[in-house]
Amino acid sequence: MLSAAATLALTLGSAQAAPLDVEKDQLKLGFIKLTDMAPLAIAAEKGFFEDEGLSVTLEPQANWKVLLDRVISGELDGAHMLAGQPLGATIGFGTQANVVTAFSMDLNGNGITLSNEVWERMKPNLPKGPDGKPLHPIKADALKPVIAQYRAEGKPFTMGMVFPVSTHNYELRYWLAAGGINPGYYAPNDVSGQIQADALLSVTPPPQMPATLEAGTIFGYSVGEPWNQQAVMKGIGVPVITDTEIWKNNPEKVFGVTEGWAAKNPKTHLALVKALIRAAMWLDENDNANRAEAVKILAKSEYVGADAKVIANSMTGTFEYEKGDKRAVPDFNVFFRYNATYPFYSDAVWYLTQMRRWGQIAEAKPDSWYDETARKVYKPEIYLKAARLLVEEGKAKEADFPWASDGYKPLDEGFIDGIAYDGRKPNEYLTKLPIGLKGGQALQGGQLVGG
Amino acid sequence: MTSVTEASTLSTAEAMRARRKARLAHSLNRAAATLQIVGLGWLGPLLRMAAGDSPRQQGRELWQQMGVPLTALMLFLAAWAWLAPQVNTSLGAIPGPAQVWEQVGVLHADHKAERAKEAAFYDRQAKRNAELLAKDPAAEVKTRPYAGKPTYLDQIVTSLKTVFTGFLLGALVAVPLGVACGLSRTVNAAMNPLIQIFKPVSPLAWLPLVTMVVSATVSSDNPTFEKSFLTSAITVTLCSLWPTLINTAVGVSSIDKDLMNVGKVLQLSGPTMVRRLVLPSALPYIFTGLRLSLGVGWMVLIAAEMLAQNPGLGKFVWDEFQNGSSSSLARIMVAVFTIGLIGFLLDRVMLAFQAAVSHTGTR
Repeated sequence: MLSAAATLALTLGSAQAAPLDVEKDQLKLGFIKLTDMAPLAIAAEKGFFEDEGLSVTLEPQANWKVLLDRVISGELDGAHMLAGQPLGATIGFGTQANVVTAFSMDLNGNGITLSNEVWERMKPNLPKGPDGKPLHPIKADALKPVIAQYRAEGKPFTMGMVFPVSTHNYELRYWLAAGGINPGYYAPNDVSGQIQADALLSVTPPPQMPATLEAGTIFGYSVGEPWNQQAVMKGIGVPVITDTEIWKNNPEKVFGVTEGWAAKNPKTHLALVKALIRAAMWLDENDNANRAEAVKILAKSEYVGADAKVIANSMTGTFEYEKGDKRAVPDFNVFFRYNATYPFYSDAVWYLTQMRRWGQIAEAKPDSWYDETARKVYKPEIYLKAARLLVEEGKAKEADFPWASDGYKPLDEGFIDGIAYDGRKPNEYLTKLPIGLKGGQALQGGQLVGG
Repeated sequence: MTSVTEASTLSTAEAMRARRKARLAHSLNRAAATLQIVGLGWLGPLLRMAAGDSPRQQGRELWQQMGVPLTALMLFLAAWAWLAPQVNTSLGAIPGPAQVWEQVGVLHADHKAERAKEAAFYDRQAKRNAELLAKDPAAEVKTRPYAGKPTYLDQIVTSLKTVFTGFLLGALVAVPLGVACGLSRTVNAAMNPLIQIFKPVSPLAWLPLVTMVVSATVSSDNPTFEKSFLTSAITVTLCSLWPTLINTAVGVSSIDKDLMNVGKVLQLSGPTMVRRLVLPSALPYIFTGLRLSLGVGWMVLIAAEMLAQNPGLGKFVWDEFQNGSSSSLARIMVAVFTIGLIGFLLDRVMLAFQAAVSHTGTR
């Protein structure tokens, strides 16, 4: 096994052009123990980093805050980040620092899980299919009366998400709001995100989600894999929806570095993106043929470390909702298809609209500001440069990259509530959304004012 | 005449034998005391038996020193093996001794595999560089150190390095300060409130502050020490200061007044007084303080590593907790026993030092 990998790397190494003359060849990259850190693990294990002349140490971090702080302080050269983190840091929500990304790591990969008790109470409200199983996607409308019951019993309905600017937070909020449940607002003087909330969302680190759910501190959570499937395995909760059902093929994680680091080490950055693109291609090759091997790699204790069978569940295209209710979700984890790795401005703008919607951006901004901010953080030009080098080296296909894209995807209609999204018109999009800040609205003393 | 000399030679021979025996017994006793300190007290009775002491009496002694602890350990293992499978957590049942021992093997195999990977990496690198040079003798070749994961043994070494760095820093600060406090009532009065306030602070309260200060002051481009290492070490320092400081102060202030007066009569200078009189007589106290400090430091370090995710045994424990795999609990238990054993060994080492300088061997 080892020697085979070594010879493979050798043959690859000898058949390639000389690596870039990188400024820094010993790098430390951070990650959180989640399935979607896969491109990093694969690039390390398959020798893609080595081919680029990089010696990379991957270091798991305790939580997203620590990870971001360490990238900003320079302890880490770069990291696996939530798509909202570079944006949030750049606009100064939380920590202010200019963080950029030239590589989007994957699409989808999250789910929302509710505790057994909530599921039992919710189940009668769900429309059933002819086979007696609940019809999917499950909407939050069915959860609304359950939350009312809990409130009547004097129990605040608490849920966990992983970080204020995380995909999981925005997805959970989108899902709840689409079902008429207010997930709460943020305000400059109150960053709890629980103003006017029907469901109280708070931060819990991903690996602790199942334990916190089990302890009864939260009644549900929104998190990446393997922590939804873990809840099914342990019999403590039921995943009700995957994020691709909330927003089809949504961008999830990015590879982030600070702006200063990127300016100082342009060739190193390019080499990293090259290695990561190759890893993403490997993960999706021949219709996910390599996923079984990827699962084995991710199950190692230095990467994700969960049991292989738990990771395999979602990585190999199935997802278990209620115990025994396994359904095919072939696109649960997408690493390369559908231009998953290209950093689209429209993805950045969507996250910014959600920050505005829930009050993390306190004042109205013109459409041009959304575009400028997206361009400040997302760097498709670096991505395309790396892709071009790979095509020239014969390691990638010309047809796999959107060379002509202006960074905005066409009108997106893949949302659970059917509201179409056009990244060029963020303010118009905000007016269409049911709950949330629109136009010039702001929060003052816990009340919506203006408009 | 002859009879007298015979008798006298006889008596001298007997006296010699008796003296030899007494000497042997004495040196055996001394050896036993030393062994006791190092934690090998049970060797004493065995040696005495070998030297011809009454086997029955020594056998009883041996049972006391070795039999009882071993039996207790066996009972503990049996109880653990029996009770563990009955506690079911969401990560499966609590592992018994067998599963934990199995993980020790797994961790060792991991370590060997990682070392093999490292060797393979260096081989590849050497080959690649040789190829480059063969093609173009003027080519620039790079040799890079291997960047793999730290194995369990690496984590142990990291933790030990960190704890000793923090502990020595602490001692360097605490001993002089303690001497000053002990010698001067004014300094003592000045320092006392600070010591009283800072001593009970939990190490983890310092950690965010230390992290921020280290991040702000240490340059991130090729620092001499890793920031994470400094953070952990300084946290250890802040917590292991106090026992040494307090003990040193007490030791110095309780020096025999006559001694000090002799020093004054001889008109010794300040530094000489400290070197010749104060330090030697306060040494047992100082070492007691150091021993306590090292114990505290070791405990604090594991907690700091867990919280800050700095490399070391604490990080290993936290990573395994986050992994949540079916073998995680057993691995965490391996770490718990490792931490305990190392803590015990550190304590023994300090105890040996303490006994060596204090002549009394008190424990």
